[in-house]
Amino acid sequence: MINLQPYENPMYFIYLFVALLPIIIAMLYGKKLHWYQTIISFVFLVLAFGGVKWHEGIALIAYIIFEMVLIGAYFYYRQKVNQTWVFCSAVVLAIIPLIIVKVTPAVYGHPSLIGFLGISYLTFKAVQMIMEIRDGAIKEFDPWLTLQFLLFFPTISSGPIDRYRRFKGDYERKPDPQKYLQLLDKGVWYIFLGFLYKFVLAYIFGTLLLPNVGKMALTYGGISWWLVAYMYVYSMDLFFDFAGYSLFAVGISYLMGIETPMNFNRPFCAWNIKEFWNRWHMTLSFWFRDYIYMRLVFFIMKKKLIKNRITIANVGYLTLFLIMGFWHGLTWYYIVYGLYHAVAIILCDVWLRYKKKHRSKIPSNRFTKLLAIFITFNVVCFSFLIFSGFLDTLFFHNIATLK
Amino acid sequence: MKEKVIGILEDLTGSQEIADNLDINLYDEGLLDSMATVQLLLELQSQCGVDVPVSEFERSEWDTPNKIIAKVESM
Repeated sequence: MINLQPYENPMYFIYLFVALLPIIIAMLYGKKLHWYQTIISFVFLVLAFGGVKWHEGIALIAYIIFEMVLIGAYFYYRQKVNQTWVFCSAVVLAIIPLIIVKVTPAVYGHPSLIGFLGISYLTFKAVQMIMEIRDGAIKEFDPWLTLQFLLFFPTISSGPIDRYRRFKGDYERKPDPQKYLQLLDKGVWYIFLGFLYKFVLAYIFGTLLLPNVGKMALTYGGISWWLVAYMYVYSMDLFFDFAGYSLFAVGISYLMGIETPMNFNRPFCAWNIKEFWNRWHMTLSFWFRDYIYMRLVFFIMKKKLIKNRITIANVGYLTLFLIMGFWHGLTWYYIVYGLYHAVAIILCDVWLRYKKKHRSKIPSNRFTKLLAIFITFNVVCFSFLIFSGFLDTLFFHNIATLK
Repeated sequence: MKEKVIGILEDLTGSQEIADNLDINLYDEGLLDSMATVQLLLELQSQCGVDVPVSEFERSEWDTPNKIIAKVESM
């Protein structure tokens, strides 16, 4: 049986376009083909998780059954009682499969049997639902819609991470042909921009330049100009690859009438690190902001665990970015990457407070703005160099210099 | 209620200009951030008696003083 990974090659887009054509035509006539969409989704899921990846398919099915039962059970429980320990247990249970998948390679040196492509993103969605059920924001449990939400195939492998109530609104709304035409227009534009990002720019940076620059940096060893070049080339590759993928996912969602939120908004034009996180992998950073940072800060303030506001904010940042680091994987460089960003944001807050106090004395003009963007860009690129793991190879496993 | 909300916002942002411009975007202007948002929710709870869970807080619906006042009055 064939296996086709999402957005892997031009053929995927051709199959996808043919499959989506009936949906597009129906939408232009103000109709939705929910049953047809379900069949298409199923086919593309089978293509991604079947064939040589059949074991991932089994893991996905088991995972989905587990999370559905958990969400459903918690929903029915929550309609009657609202105890904190039950809520906490539900969240822990929801993330246990992900934790196993993340810890297994670090401990046993091989991938976990229960892992599959996109498990992180499904977990983010499941945890989000449990938290909103607790808050009473999700007022009914609709198993079919929950399944559609969790398994929405354009975003299944790497996001963007949608929100259940937002998705539900789009899914159920009767399409307005005028509005859909605009959506279609935007969707097609995003897909073509994605081609430029992923198949041209990410190819140039990632496939043509990166291996050569990397080889030179390893040959020279230690800190060299090649290492600096590697940092920038890797950062560009990371951005164009992921932003390109995200544009595909958002564009395809639009064709299906689902306005999946955007993931990137010119991140390298950010003038400080806080602003950067409002522009880079936005659905992930907003997820961490809403479901970890704000809830943690709310809890600390309400229980008056810490008095000082600045300390509370800093504890929040450290927790958020450490969790983000661990989520990327259990290696020193992911964890250092998280810590680095936490420290950068804490320092950014120190600077913002200082600026507020001494507003009249600090110049603010075109030049300072450009300088701020330049500094932020370099701080971010350095963090990506840590994230890349290249330093690990360079310093600890460098065959070129160890020989 | 309106005065109360404006008072809370002035305390949180340290800006006396809130009352002059009720349509100012609090996030774009850097007057509120996530931390201050949580404080806002807690103050609304203790001073105005409205309970806003974090889940119900959709930034785009709460980004100006006028929108916040309308939200609080509708609860």
